[in-house]
Order: sequence, then structure tokens, then C-alpha cells
Amino acid sequence: MDAIIEVEHLTKRFGGNPPAVDDLTFSVAQGSVFAFLGPNGAGKSTTIKMLTTLLRPTAGTIRVAGHDPTVDPDAVRHAFGIVFQDPSLDDDLTAIENLEFHGILYGVPKETRRTRIRELLTLVDLMERKNDFVRNFSGGMKRRLEIARGLLHHPQIIFLDEPTLGLDPQTRNHLWGHVQTLNREEGITVFFTTHYMEEADSIAQRIAIIDHGRIIAEGSGDALKATTKTDSLEGAFLALTGSAIREEAGSSTDRMRQARQIWGGRRR
Amino acid sequence: MDLNGVYVMWLREVKRFFRSKSRIVGSLGQPLLFLVALGYGLGPVFQKAGQGDYLAFIAPGIIGMSIIFTSIFNGMQVIWDRQFGFLKETLVAPVSRLSIMFGRTLGGATVAALQGTIVLALTIVVGFRPVSLTGIIPALVLMLLIALLFSALGMVVASLLRDMQGFQLIMNFLVMPLFFLSGALFPLEHIPEGLLIVARFDPLSYGVDALRIFLLGHGLFGIAPDVTVLIGAIVAFLVLGSYLFSKIEI
Repeated sequence: MDAIIEVEHLTKRFGGNPPAVDDLTFSVAQGSVFAFLGPNGAGKSTTIKMLTTLLRPTAGTIRVAGHDPTVDPDAVRHAFGIVFQDPSLDDDLTAIENLEFHGILYGVPKETRRTRIRELLTLVDLMERKNDFVRNFSGGMKRRLEIARGLLHHPQIIFLDEPTLGLDPQTRNHLWGHVQTLNREEGITVFFTTHYMEEADSIAQRIAIIDHGRIIAEGSGDALKATTKTDSLEGAFLALTGSAIREEAGSSTDRMRQARQIWGGRRR
Repeated sequence: MDLNGVYVMWLREVKRFFRSKSRIVGSLGQPLLFLVALGYGLGPVFQKAGQGDYLAFIAPGIIGMSIIFTSIFNGMQVIWDRQFGFLKETLVAPVSRLSIMFGRTLGGATVAALQGTIVLALTIVVGFRPVSLTGIIPALVLMLLIALLFSALGMVVASLLRDMQGFQLIMNFLVMPLFFLSGALFPLEHIPEGLLIVARFDPLSYGVDALRIFLLGHGLFGIAPDVTVLIGAIVAFLVLGSYLFSKIEI
């Protein structure tokens, strides 16, 4: 199958620090489900930001849907939808307004927009709450709405950055059910990051294990288990890195997330 | 420039404004307090000094105050959006940064001008009488210009700050001085030379002066210089704002 994402020698440095992303080379086949597995601070989000035109790489080349994000960002932006690690909805608008807003921003014609919004709200089970303000939504509902929004403009690829972080197990399963349906029925390429072993193992066809900004192994879950001679991905990670998957010290973003939890995401 | 982007960013600001009744009512408290406490309180002193009706004198100044407060804080909404994630949604959209910035500025300006209009109505309620009804129409246009100017300035400020920690700083060292030194509350004639120089560098001085020309029938600088300075400052802040906004990285 053709590759829809091709990355060669991708590197990102912030100031004089050791590279956050260090010489990554990988490709993602069209229509596949691809997982980036690694601890917090491994460089997963930084890679996604470079793929999605939010950050410029220090070195290396990227092609997303045949375009280079640094040369033709708008062509790349049309090709993908994204669900960020942190919520990015407007709490003061209703569910349907958030979707309408996105549709207009992406230049989706009115008629298509209406039908597509109806389809997607049904898909993520939010049709009955469409006129409710997003601030009254639970974490899981927000995430589902963000997925619907990310798909509104018929992207070829959907990026999901830690999509299940902070969700309860039931909501998590539910959400992956939706994503798999989309992959099967609409043929969308799914690129997600996670630090949950079992998610990468059960959802993705290919997994890249990333640590300290480098890919240390890549293959299917079974292949990774076979090469490391263990029966769990957890064991594979341990064998490859010599350490269990870990949580790095809290960054300023983590503190912000904490503050949001305390204040309940309310403005003013 | 992408019209969809401009339109949708404008629409968002306006929608949010009409929705937050508490914000509309809340922001009328301060102008009302200024009008009553200063207008009625200092009125007799002003009258004795031979300067005429103080309430009428400060009415355009108070309208200017509500516009500058509303528009700068609308611009700073970008910081909230950055903190609460919504900014990212607009930055990955296939729309130029310039359209996003311009749409937000227009939206913030519309909201601030609406707020100014409400305050104008409020000044009439407490006893201010504009010299002529026809003067109100150009005054509304001027209010929109003032609102555009400070919305653009708000965007400049917001592009430079990463979080709300700098809020107090902006309030005390930018917004308050811009308001108090603009001649909104006192006539700029016969003030110390140094203070006049500062006031001449404050774009709000020209905005308030132009409002006085249309609402009271007389001003200090004249309408042509006023409008020239306002438009010049709008262009300057828009250019600076879009440059800084295009540099935002998440």
C-alpha cells in the first residue's frame, strides 16, 4: 500500500537542549492504523506538531498526503483532522456551533456541512446533546465531539494525540470502537500516540516505540513481542529500553492541565 | 486574506457577546460609577471654575473608557484561547494567520463598539444631552475606529504574553495610563507641559477629542488630525499584531 505519511531524518531541537525528536524515519501506509508508543516526554507530541504544521522541524523532511508541511501548509491542513491531547473546543459555544465553526473555517459548503454534521453527531452519539453548551459536557463527550470535528472536512488522516488520557475504561473502549469503525468504513488513516501498552497492541496494525526522541523499534504488536521474546508489549518495552514505561517530571503544560481540572475549565 | 476565516472569527466574538448577559450588565457598572461619582460629585467644582457642565465633559471620555477596556480585553482573549486550547484549532485550519487575526480584531471591535453604544445611551439616561442628534452617527463611526485601534493593540499584547500572569501588568502599565492620561477626565488645555506631551502620545486622547467634537460641538486637536492619528495607529497595530500573531508557536 502507498505511504500517506513519510518522514525522513526528522529532528527538532528547542534551544541548546538535547533534541526532543532525534533523527526519526518512518512511514505510515494509507488506510492503516499506526501507533506511537512511548512515555510522556518521549517526543510524541512534538512529532505530531511537526506533522500538523504547528512546529517547524530543525532538520529532516516530512510529506503528509504528498505535501511538505513547511512548504505548503494549507494543502497539508486540508488533508488531516486532529484531536489534541488537551481539549480545544470553545466551551461557550454549543456542540453544533463548534462543528459549524470548524466547517466554515475549512470551507465546507453549507449543504455538505449540514449532512456531515448530522452523520458525525450520530456516529459519536451526541445527536441529542447537539444544542447543549460544551462547558456542560463530560471529558468523554468532549473527546467524542473533538473526534467528530476532526472528521468534518473529510480528512484522509486523523491524528489522535493521547486520545484516551484521563478517560475511564468504559469511555475508552467506546471511543476506540468509533475510531475503528471510521477506519473500516471511511478508510481513514489513523495515527495515534499513547502510553497505554494494551491500546497500541489491540488497535494498531503497526507500532513504533519511541523513547528520548528516537524510534527504538517498529513493527506489528506480535512482531515486536516475537523479536523481544516476551508475551506482552510491556515486556517488549522493558527488553528494548531496559526500563519500565515511566512518567517524566511534570512540564508546565501538565501544571496547566492540573489548573484546568481544579477550575473546571471555566473562563472568568 | 480568507473571508471565511475572517467571518467565522468575527461571528464567534459577536455570538459570545450577546450570550453573556452578565458580562454586558457587569461592564456597565464602572462607567455608571464614574458618571455618577465624578459627573455629579466634581460637577459643582468644575462649574465654579468656569468650565461648564462636567457630566457633559466626561461623557465622551467614559464612552472611550468602556471601549478601550472592552477591546483590549477582547484582544487578550487569545491568551485564554491559548490556555484553554481553542487557539490550536484555529492554527491548524487551512486559513492564513492574517485572516484569523483580522477576524478576531474585527469581532472584538464590534463588541467594544456595541458596548460603547450602550454606554452612550447610559450617559443620556443620567442626564447628558449631545449637542445634536445628527452628531451621534459620526460619533458611532468614531467609536468603531477607537474600538478597532485598541482591539488591534490587545492582539499585539496577547501575542507577546504566554499566560494571564501578565494581566495585572497590562492593566496597571498600559490600560490605566492610556485611559487616565487621555484627557478623558480633565481638559488638556492649561495642563503642565510634560503631561500634555504624554497625552499627545496617547491615541485615546484623539479618540476622545473626536467624540467631543461630535457630541459636544468642540474639541482641542480638530477632526482631521484626530481621524488621521486614529487610522494611522490602527494600521500600525494591525501590521504589528499580524506579524506577532504569525510567529505564535504552540
